[in-house]
Amino acid sequence: MNLLTEKLDNMQKRGEKALVPFVMAGDPDLQTTEALLAALVAGAADVIELGVPFSDPLADGPVLQAAASRALLAGTTVRNCLALAARFQGGQPLPLVLLIYYNLVFRCGPEIFCREAAKAGVSGLVVPDLPYEEADALNYAARGEGLINIRMISPTTGGERLANICRSAEGFIYAVTVTGVTGERRSLDPELPLLIRRARQYTNIPVLLGFGVSGAAQAAQAASLADGVIVGSALAQRLAGVNGVQDKCRVATEFTRQLREALNKGAKNEG
Amino acid sequence: MNGRGRFGRFGGQYVPETLMAALQELETAYSLAREEVSFQAQYQEALKTYVGRPSLLYRADKLSRRLGGATVYLKREDLNHTGAHKINNALGQALLARRMGKKRVIAETGAGQHGVASATAAALYGLECVVYMGEEDMARQSLNVFRMRLLGAEVVPVCSGSRTLKDAINEALRDWVTNVRDTYYLIGSAVGPHPYPLMVRDLQSVIGREAREQMLAQEGRLPDLLVACVGGGSNAIGLFYPFLQDNVQCIGVEAAGKGLDTAEHAATLGKGSPGVLHGTLSFLLQDENGQVLPAHSVSAGLDYPGVGPEHAYLRESGRVRYESATDEEALAAFALLAREEGIVPALESAHALAHVIKIAPQLSQAKIILLNLSGRGDKDVETAAGLIPAVAGSKQGRSKT
Repeated sequence: MNLLTEKLDNMQKRGEKALVPFVMAGDPDLQTTEALLAALVAGAADVIELGVPFSDPLADGPVLQAAASRALLAGTTVRNCLALAARFQGGQPLPLVLLIYYNLVFRCGPEIFCREAAKAGVSGLVVPDLPYEEADALNYAARGEGLINIRMISPTTGGERLANICRSAEGFIYAVTVTGVTGERRSLDPELPLLIRRARQYTNIPVLLGFGVSGAAQAAQAASLADGVIVGSALAQRLAGVNGVQDKCRVATEFTRQLREALNKGAKNEG
Repeated sequence: MNGRGRFGRFGGQYVPETLMAALQELETAYSLAREEVSFQAQYQEALKTYVGRPSLLYRADKLSRRLGGATVYLKREDLNHTGAHKINNALGQALLARRMGKKRVIAETGAGQHGVASATAAALYGLECVVYMGEEDMARQSLNVFRMRLLGAEVVPVCSGSRTLKDAINEALRDWVTNVRDTYYLIGSAVGPHPYPLMVRDLQSVIGREAREQMLAQEGRLPDLLVACVGGGSNAIGLFYPFLQDNVQCIGVEAAGKGLDTAEHAATLGKGSPGVLHGTLSFLLQDENGQVLPAHSVSAGLDYPGVGPEHAYLRESGRVRYESATDEEALAAFALLAREEGIVPALESAHALAHVIKIAPQLSQAKIILLNLSGRGDKDVETAAGLIPAVAGSKQGRSKT
């Protein structure tokens, strides 16, 4: 069974909420990212989402755009992101998903890319510019390697599409919590509870909330609605605010711990 | 065009999930409007009474004699209201936005011509208008920035990436993702996710339809060769499309910048490879890892590392040939047309002309070349003044007539 599916299924059965921090590989360099991954594990992350930097990240707000630019400037490539994933998997058996824009996969070829990603121990892929309708080639390649191409839904996803997306989803459903790009928000989209209820009609797999989750309060709110959260920009912003690997790692661990506590509280308040 | 918005293997809808509903809404609205008599009548009326169509088809005798070969005709899109072919598309899409009940339109612009056209259409139809423009392009095209603001549009500088058209499109797409419920994205070229390449081609095809009729009326036959510049490719597809079933050769001319053997060019079809950018699978300038490379051209409107998916298809099928012209060749063509015909072309269109300058002398006078003069060059005068030393205060002789 896929490591990601196994982990999230078990958590869901126990009523625990999943914490998925996101880090951009190579921001500001790969050594820092490698140290950060360990710091996130220490902060009790359940799954890690590793971003592969792309030159034109059109689903991202300014914080993650800047993170991607720094990573590219440092010479980060798809290949060394996968090498980093492999090193991480060698140490900690924590599921890892890659956030990657489709051109990087396309350039490599979906089959070769999935083979390499699986070899590096990656469990799943999040491709923010590859909607359900365009995903056949990647789905096929991913399935062949035991990888999950994670499905995304958003507050604007309509009825019939939502049903198709949810029914074909594996691992978890990535629910985009805001109508917009990535980045911290004061509040979650008011239509979010409805979106999650609609999704639940078609699937029992975990639903995680991402985009715009800015801190502990929202994480707690999100936990009362869904099975977990993905936190990207809020972490990247905090990391960009401090210099040096040690301080960045301390910030990463502290922030994930705060989120962890908030999620635990949110879980108790559920229902 | 086949199912799912594909031209052969190119095209598609590679966008964030949040935009899928908006693209479906647009697809439905456009396919209804396309068949609706009253919508078409309104659009045709605007083209006639507001844009000033049909645009002239002009036989450039003096230029033809100077080149000493084929007879060159110019399709004068530069004479349209706002000075370029961009208005054909902007008016059509603004009408559609209004029909869809959207109050706000957003647009990206490179040279500023599409921004001006969008701001104009928005003023005419009472829509709020926000234009995203790369910081570098704003500096190159300050006159157009002022024009857009004068027309009531907000111009938002884009400081990310290469600060040109590519980044302006990223930023417009991000705005659209965020404000998708009340905003219409008025894309300026035959690029982006389906249905944009199809819709922009439909709206620009007026160029080719008119040119075809005018040529038949004036010469009693079709031209031998069509030539148009290609950035995103809207003026080229607009000219070529109505001729694709005919025995007429088509040549798209990309910007070779400082030369195809340098890293500074915008010859996407000439030097690029298949890839996904801005919602579509097409050709792309990219490195071996799939990172998009910055393009370069003296003309802001061609300074784009992607190209419309239908051009990628036409290249692959061999129906259209794609060539290129350097900055230097385009500037020479820019000056030549001004001196020979008293017409200052846009630097974009000057690239197409530069190719005509190369091939016309090899053809007999009986051969007819139809060049799409997609825009006028007023916006480029400042750029050109800095780059054509011969013009500033020179005594360079005129050719005899």
